[in-house]
Amino acid sequence: MAAVLESLLREEVSVAAAVRWIARSTQSSEESPGEAAVLNSLRPLRKEFVPFLLNFLREQSSRVLPQGPPTPAKAPGASAALPGRPGGQPRGGRGARSQLFPTTEPSSTAAEAPLTRRGGRRRGPGPARERGGRAPGVPEEGVGGESLSWPGGRRLKGSGSPSIPSLTLSDPPNLSNLEEFPPVGSVPPGPAGRTKPSRRINPTPVSEERSLSKPKICFTSPPISCVPSSQPSTLDTSPWGLGLPPGCRSLREEREMLRKERSKQLQQSPTPASPTPELGTSLPSRTGSLTAEPADPARVSSPQRLELVALVYSSCIAENLVPNLFLELFFVFQLLTARRMVAAKNSDLELSQDSLESPLFQSIHDCVFFAVQVLQHQFQVLSSLDKGTLKLLAENERLLCFSPALQGRLRAAYEGSVAKVSLAMPPSAQAVSFQPETDNRANFSSDRAFHTFKKQRDVFYEVLREWEDRHEEPGWDFEKGLGSRIRAMMGQLSAACSHSHFVRLFQKQLLQMCQSPGGAGGTVLGEAPDVLSMLGADKLGRLRRLQERLVAPQSSGGPCPPPTFPGCQGFFRDFILSASSFQFNQHLMDSLSLKIRELNGLALPQHEPGDEDGESDVDWQGARRQFAVVLLSLRLLAKFLGFVAFLPYRGPEPPPTRELQDSILALRSQVPPVLDVQALLQQGLRARRAVLTVPWLVEFLSFADHIVPLLDYYRSIFTLLLHVHRSLVLSQDNEGEMCFLNKLLLLAVLGWLFQIPTFPEDLFFLEEGQVDALEVDTAASEHGLDSVPVVDQQLLYICCPYIGELRKLLASWVSGSSGRSGGFVRKITPTTTTGLGAQAPQTSQGLQAQLAQAFFHNQPPSLRRTVEFVAERIGSNCVKHIKATLVADLVRQAESLLQEQRVTQGQKGGDPAQLLEILCSQLCPHGTQALSQGREFCQRKSPGAVRALLPEETPAAVLSSAENIAVGLATEKACAWLSANITALIRREVKAAVSRTLRAQGPEPAARGERRGCSRACEHHAPLPSHLISEIKDVLSLAAGPRDPDEGVSPEHLEQLLGQMGQTLRCRQFLCPPAEQHLAKCSVELASLLVADQIPVLGPPPQHRLERGQARRLLHMLLSLWKDDFQGPVPLQLLLSPRNVGLLADTRPREWDLLLFLLRELVEKGLMGRMEIEACLGSLHEAQWPGDFSEELATLFNLFLAEPHMPEPQRRTCELVQPNRGTVLAQS
Amino acid sequence: MILTKAQYDEIAQCLVSVPPTRQSLRKLKQRFPSQSQATLLSIFSQEYQKHIKRTHAKHHTSEAIENYYQRYLNGVVKNGAAPVLLELANEVDYAPSLMARIILERFLQEHEETPPSKSVINSMLRDPSQIPDGVLANQVYQCIVNDCCYGPLVDCIKHAIGHEHEVLLRDLLLEKNLSFLDEDQLRAKGYDKTPDFILQVPVAVEGHIIHWIESKASFGDECSHHAYLHDQFWSYWNRFGPGLVIYWYGFIQELDCNRERGILLKACFPTDIVTLCHSTA
Repeated sequence: MAAVLESLLREEVSVAAAVRWIARSTQSSEESPGEAAVLNSLRPLRKEFVPFLLNFLREQSSRVLPQGPPTPAKAPGASAALPGRPGGQPRGGRGARSQLFPTTEPSSTAAEAPLTRRGGRRRGPGPARERGGRAPGVPEEGVGGESLSWPGGRRLKGSGSPSIPSLTLSDPPNLSNLEEFPPVGSVPPGPAGRTKPSRRINPTPVSEERSLSKPKICFTSPPISCVPSSQPSTLDTSPWGLGLPPGCRSLREEREMLRKERSKQLQQSPTPASPTPELGTSLPSRTGSLTAEPADPARVSSPQRLELVALVYSSCIAENLVPNLFLELFFVFQLLTARRMVAAKNSDLELSQDSLESPLFQSIHDCVFFAVQVLQHQFQVLSSLDKGTLKLLAENERLLCFSPALQGRLRAAYEGSVAKVSLAMPPSAQAVSFQPETDNRANFSSDRAFHTFKKQRDVFYEVLREWEDRHEEPGWDFEKGLGSRIRAMMGQLSAACSHSHFVRLFQKQLLQMCQSPGGAGGTVLGEAPDVLSMLGADKLGRLRRLQERLVAPQSSGGPCPPPTFPGCQGFFRDFILSASSFQFNQHLMDSLSLKIRELNGLALPQHEPGDEDGESDVDWQGARRQFAVVLLSLRLLAKFLGFVAFLPYRGPEPPPTRELQDSILALRSQVPPVLDVQALLQQGLRARRAVLTVPWLVEFLSFADHIVPLLDYYRSIFTLLLHVHRSLVLSQDNEGEMCFLNKLLLLAVLGWLFQIPTFPEDLFFLEEGQVDALEVDTAASEHGLDSVPVVDQQLLYICCPYIGELRKLLASWVSGSSGRSGGFVRKITPTTTTGLGAQAPQTSQGLQAQLAQAFFHNQPPSLRRTVEFVAERIGSNCVKHIKATLVADLVRQAESLLQEQRVTQGQKGGDPAQLLEILCSQLCPHGTQALSQGREFCQRKSPGAVRALLPEETPAAVLSSAENIAVGLATEKACAWLSANITALIRREVKAAVSRTLRAQGPEPAARGERRGCSRACEHHAPLPSHLISEIKDVLSLAAGPRDPDEGVSPEHLEQLLGQMGQTLRCRQFLCPPAEQHLAKCSVELASLLVADQIPVLGPPPQHRLERGQARRLLHMLLSLWKDDFQGPVPLQLLLSPRNVGLLADTRPREWDLLLFLLRELVEKGLMGRMEIEACLGSLHEAQWPGDFSEELATLFNLFLAEPHMPEPQRRTCELVQPNRGTVLAQS
Repeated sequence: MILTKAQYDEIAQCLVSVPPTRQSLRKLKQRFPSQSQATLLSIFSQEYQKHIKRTHAKHHTSEAIENYYQRYLNGVVKNGAAPVLLELANEVDYAPSLMARIILERFLQEHEETPPSKSVINSMLRDPSQIPDGVLANQVYQCIVNDCCYGPLVDCIKHAIGHEHEVLLRDLLLEKNLSFLDEDQLRAKGYDKTPDFILQVPVAVEGHIIHWIESKASFGDECSHHAYLHDQFWSYWNRFGPGLVIYWYGFIQELDCNRERGILLKACFPTDIVTLCHSTA
């Protein structure tokens, strides 16, 4: 490969030709014969060029900010050889990557910091064979002879060009590990005059996600920082004694190391003297030795050579020959902001400037020059970055110095940019609201299921709240804290229907909490710079570490973070894991798949022809927002679907032996995919909706286990995605092509996916596999979503927070170089989560439907949305209206029929089930009216709604067509539902009414009696019933005793009390039936006490009794209350209960006249019938009384019987009683 | 009416082992003249209930029941008109109404063939004239009218107070033109948990969004508040979002700590209600 580069440098081959050669296997006629000859000779190496170039650049830049502090003691080791692999050579990371340099490997492993190999993931076809474990069905494309490629490359040395030891001897450069990607700002000047390399291994947060996949090893490596030079000349002089182990350590080991490392660094961090790399960043450049070396364009060593390489590199980037655009940009930014460079040995510098023998970057000047060159080519991408990044770039003094022109363009781009990226505030958890339509009893199989789910909902939120409160506490563990409670709850979900209810709740809550970027952690892009702006960027490192400790899964992990569940997503992930419920997972997958299909198929805004008018601009905002909401929801759902679907297969390591792998493959290839993502992807591409489909698909695939890429099904998806990636050439902007930012989003997410370890690494640099099979017929739809500018920077950064690393890098440069704060003032605009637009049902068919479609075709899409919306709503309202009118009427009929039934059949009624059948058979036929009424409703309501929502200026014909279509659609929707469901609905409602009625006629019928309200003039100032009952209770307790000698009631108080009772009973505002019942009962008891003269009256000792006149007055008051004011029944028969009559036995002399008076009044006022009183008196005889008392009672009885019809209150009944007769208290 | 924890503790301290009688209440009112009577009664009642819950079991052992019953029998034999049962209850520090229930149950067991059902006993407690024994009827009645924390009358008063405050709240909502769904409407729609009122359009109170309002005609002490949170308030939050609880008789200030989380406490109807403005433009 070096040969190619050499040819280029010697200008034997033009850059354009070389790039064409790399990008396409076939020869182009544009090439000159000479070029063709050169290139043909190198043909077998074609595919290796890009990986070579990338590695070459990383390696060349390795002396930038070289030799770091004694970082990470990653035990060097060849221990990484995987078991079961023949040949067990030490391998890094995915192992075989490092074998790209088989001959030099061993020595470098032993002698040098194995850091380089640590992530030894080198892309290239070679390893494929090495690993040897591909599915039999998968052709090992391009493998032939590949493993010889490096030796072959070395052969070049001999052939003509002088040896290039720096290349051939190099350890695979810039291989690295995602975890170890240096955080932003780790490119700082080292303290104490030593420049600091950025290659320290940064202990990035060990997120739990990693347990789900292998260590994230990144083949094209994080640039500079992790890439030590493998040249012995430089390396040997380095203080880097410690090496790093190859990447394929066991995860636990690795995590352990990281933890140790982190704690080590934390210990160091407070001491400025100890130059931990991060601290380096955080140290403001106070001393000259800390400042970056100034870069001078005049001191660039070989501008032509650098220009040429920059051009080749840029062309590769432009052609999407590199896997990850933003990773390359990050690398270039690192070069731009490099602070220092270790001096190379003089001998190096003496070498020819034209070949590859001399280092490409000999000084900081070279680096910056190269970076600026590349950036010039990447201006288009740069100008699409967010405004903050643009500002930092435009203000970068090196850039100004090296290319004032580029700086000018960037400044202009910055000034013209509206791409302010703001992140939403983290939303506080909001619960999913209870919706009777889906959540009430009718949706459950049994009362028990309903109540179980009721409890579960509460447990779920209890768990969620506890998680919110505690998950940031150190030492708190999800499983320990909540696991058993979750499992107990899941255990109760026995019925399948309950599972689906719970899953619905779970999924809704997931969408609600995690859809917004804030819900996804909040730290991604917004937080760090905001904090920076307050504290200065130099605190970044410390803050970051602090944050690492505080916030569990760190969301930003360099430019290629592994898939994580930031923020609240962690809760849902842990919930799934802790629940470990097979049923739950299955229901969840079903539900997620359904929702993904639904959202993926959602009709989103099509290209609007009349984009210019302001009207569509307003629409446009809404449409974009809707797209963003749908896209983010899809990504979230797909991520969880991927997580759950691949969960059973996920392990930290790929299968150890090929045999095992093959048997697993044979098994797995039988299993149908959880969601037919291949079909969805193909559909998406065909419909030109890649911008919607690909981002969620990437999320889904990012959780794939190691076997997945080996399955034909998924491998073809990966190939297809590669093809898509390659086709997204940013510089092409043809008519009908995908919009720039849409492309950028896809490039970013795909680039990210390609860095995930499970992504089949041999795929990327392959020839165009089976592209034919993938050729998608995109002609089918000319205007898909892809050509609509639906993506803006905001969405891009939300979906790809790692792009924000670019800005952090620049910001840390600013803080490091000039000491001023590199933050941005960011406005945080809270965004509200908007519900997804309801999708109009696809119900119309036939010619009319086609006509309607045609009608919409040339109308603005907002018209269609409006009509569909109106139809959907009116249709739904129509059903509700029918329920409230027709069905409610039928229910009322049912109730009155039921009453009749009960009258005719007596209180027993009949068997309720039978009753229901009779009622339904009578009433259900009326359901047919629903359709005509429904039609009428839609006819009446729809046009007005359409008219109100469409612009005033809509032409009359368009308007009336729109109205008619809306009527038609609404009617169709409503009638379809009604005709299918009306009978069941009537049945259900009637059944509910029947059981209600039956229950109502059970206990306490009185309470349900019709009650009068208070008069209109009432101001509700009457005493409260509770107060009255309380007062009366006091009187009763005084009467019942025991009481203190000074306790008693005044007659006035009693009178007042009865007066108040009258007021309360007449007001009724605050009176509830039980209170009235108790008042009634208390009033009867009061009356009994009055009759028996048992109320202790306050006053001078001899008195203590009510005057008879007072007593009568009070009884009169009670009588009138009973007669006029009580609306419920008054238990007057209690007046003649043995207990109350027995009270009379206490009094001496016994006076019966009040009782007789009361009885007569009761009869006279019609409060009690004579017969009733006689019956009561009769039954009194049955009680055991003292003899004399029985006699008196008998006399009273006779007296009452004797003079019934002529009420003569004057009569002295007391005369009848013999006063001297003693009484003995009733004894049982 | 909003008390600090310390103020509350001071009151609660005075309530230890005070029998739930008219006289006790009178004394309590004299002791804390600055507190509203309703608040004091509510606190007293709740403290007493806590006390009873703690000691309930020991009064229900068969030995205890037998012991009480014998003492009752001995007492009424001596003097049926004396407050035997009431004094027994006070002596053993148990609620008179509950003591009446124990004795009644025991009595019925002895005199009826089948053990008495709960509903029969409840009905007799509500209307002691149904009790076959006149003396026992009087004793039970005396217990019930003298108990200010337990018994059918007290239950009715509590219920009435609760109802009255709901009505009051409803009136206030109507007055403020805030449309709402009440408990009955919610139940009819099939809601599984129903606060007193759900606002059809949310409002803001003291800067907090309010979707529902629950009226509590009691004092919000720690024990009852936590029970309510668990059984009601969080359940409402889980379904309807943040809301407001009005403890009409006050609450312990420190309990109002879930405002940010979505549960706001007040001791009266809020005055600063911000409603959604419908722009007419």
